[in-house]
Amino acid sequence: MARDLLRFATAGSVDDGKSTLVGRLLYDTKSVLADQIEAVERASVDKGMSTPDLSLLVDGLRAEREQGITIDVAYRYFGTPTREFVLADTPGHVQYTRNTVTGASTAELAVLLVDARNGIVEQTRRHAAVLALLRVPRLVLAINKIDLVGFDEETLTTIAKDFSGLARSVGFADEAVQVIPVSALAGDNVVERSTRTPWYDGPTLLGHLESVPVAGPEVSAPFRMPVQYVIRPRAGALPDAEERWGPLHDYRGYAGQVASGTVSPGDEVVVLPGGARTTVAAVDTADGPLDAAGAGRSVTIRLTDDIDISRGDLIAAAGAAPRVGSEIEATLCWLADKPLRAGARLLLKHGARTTQVIVGALGERLDVDSVRFVDPPEALTVNDIAMVSLRTADPLPVDDYADIRATGSFLLIDPPTGNTLAAGLVGAPLAVVEA
Amino acid sequence: MTAPVLDALDALESESIHIFREVAGEFDRPVILFSGGKDSTLLVHLAVKAFAPAPVPFPLLHVDTGHNYPEVIDFRDRLVERLGLRLHVAHVQDWIDDGRLTERPDGTRNPLQTVPLLDSINEHRFDAVFGGGRRDEERARAKERIISLRDAFGRWDPRSQRPELWNLYNGRHAAGEHVRVFPISNWTELDVWRYIQREGIELPSIYFAHRREVFRRDGMWLAEGPWGGPRGAEGLELRSVRYRTVGDGSCTGAVESTASTLDEIIDEVTASRLTERGATRADDRLSEAAMEDRKREGYF
Repeated sequence: MARDLLRFATAGSVDDGKSTLVGRLLYDTKSVLADQIEAVERASVDKGMSTPDLSLLVDGLRAEREQGITIDVAYRYFGTPTREFVLADTPGHVQYTRNTVTGASTAELAVLLVDARNGIVEQTRRHAAVLALLRVPRLVLAINKIDLVGFDEETLTTIAKDFSGLARSVGFADEAVQVIPVSALAGDNVVERSTRTPWYDGPTLLGHLESVPVAGPEVSAPFRMPVQYVIRPRAGALPDAEERWGPLHDYRGYAGQVASGTVSPGDEVVVLPGGARTTVAAVDTADGPLDAAGAGRSVTIRLTDDIDISRGDLIAAAGAAPRVGSEIEATLCWLADKPLRAGARLLLKHGARTTQVIVGALGERLDVDSVRFVDPPEALTVNDIAMVSLRTADPLPVDDYADIRATGSFLLIDPPTGNTLAAGLVGAPLAVVEA
Repeated sequence: MTAPVLDALDALESESIHIFREVAGEFDRPVILFSGGKDSTLLVHLAVKAFAPAPVPFPLLHVDTGHNYPEVIDFRDRLVERLGLRLHVAHVQDWIDDGRLTERPDGTRNPLQTVPLLDSINEHRFDAVFGGGRRDEERARAKERIISLRDAFGRWDPRSQRPELWNLYNGRHAAGEHVRVFPISNWTELDVWRYIQREGIELPSIYFAHRREVFRRDGMWLAEGPWGGPRGAEGLELRSVRYRTVGDGSCTGAVESTASTLDEIIDEVTASRLTERGATRADDRLSEAAMEDRKREGYF
């Protein structure tokens, strides 16, 4: 069987030992090479430490090493014989919403860390709420530093029970959550099964990461593909193109990455926002046509009818199309220092289309400490999460983020500076259940 | 009909193609930085696949230190010819000749590439520059965005990077600014080799084991050349070597190897205990933050 690829994120509070856990995963899967180990050993000695500090493997920027903190999301890579992993390592304390949202946006699983001595803390609740909001399909609670509570079963059971209630209250199904007791420093249950937790019969962290499905719910959702680029080789083709592709004078292909579902020749599709209906003639790739292409695959679609289609349009399953409109109710994760007030004029990027947007009324704000929605604020400030009404200059084909992440997500962009201000989620994807 | 789950290489390929198409859709004048090395050769291969059967809609830019291996220049010229690409070459020698740059006492020209690169970006008004950087290469690169904004001086500011969410890339930039784009950010060295093997991508011959006269300096095997050396007690020896990266001859070392096929190279990389930059790039050894410093100055 071919090796597949799992994208996952880690989140935790300060001093939960997240950098050490990530360093441990890299070290025990032999993803750290001799020169990197030597560099860490040298740096550990310089800092007056007696054993190599594995967290130094993952602190990248000079300011981070100097201050002993992690500033920005960092991406890590490791692999086993069955699977490759892309890890978005998100720091806990500085701009935690911005970093957690960024890391979670591409993750099919998140590992949330707590210190066994402290159990569930305020930041655990915040992180769980943000991960639920971002609809990360699977969650692991890694209870770290179990060596410091004497590998006590009752401590684990209590924390696991508290966490199950929390996870359920923000919308995670029980089967989507796995609790694993670990010691990142000593290595227990990270890659190697611990002999000091005989009462624990679940998987190791790596064993779990290797066995969960890599694909999210997009696989079985209706077909969607934003058109990124129109391929018309009329003006000139690759040197050997006609030999491989046949006559190209009338070739017109719509290039994009399948956002959800599956597309095959013969499928009935609708092109939005225009609304023209047609049939898929072929699903091309540079290696030849496909019988079917699923979520994540970059393809070039040809259609049976000559329709005016350009970058930014969305091709969708005709029988299960998204709604099209200019009035959008959404949840914003505000990432910028500059505050947001009603009436602001910004840019919105959705799929392959960027359009102007006017911000209407601000709705309820999510208080991430209590995980409750509270009264609308005057303005959104950095790390705020709130409902908002938007009006776009062009009608957009959108799905609720809770149904299809790719067509339910957008960016808000500051026109003068071009900075990314907010992550937007169509609808109200966080359904808080009152405990 | 359902489609099979993508394997790791298919998933990485599709992600890279998505990035190429996004930049082609949003920028007026993109360019691929091309060194003739395996990563930039992979970039060209992915760009061809992203737009086939149409040609790649942007040119290549090679910053030529003048310290290149003839095999690499020959390879470059054949690739450009075969794919019908346009190639711009910025010769570092031209900058030295007209006094804009001064040769360093140690003969190394790697640090001299930044000015010709930035000058060429300005001259051709390139607004998006594709590079073959990967996040697994080095710790500072692990925090690099896929689309990374540079100011008019080409500088990278790691503390004011835009958050990068989902696969929605924000390419907004002001006049005079440009972005660096890293379509293979999420590939590892082993992914690159496995994909090169799967796709049958041709590489310069210096990547494969060959006999070459080399001398030992700073723990690396360097070849004789116009960059100086061997000096003093450094003696030339005939060894079976290959290169793991293609760069300026003065600071890019060979590794002793008998790996003459892709299978053998993959075995060697799998078993290797040194990262490719650590093993063979003197410029990364200068300080613990060497790469971060060079990126801030506008390096690749």
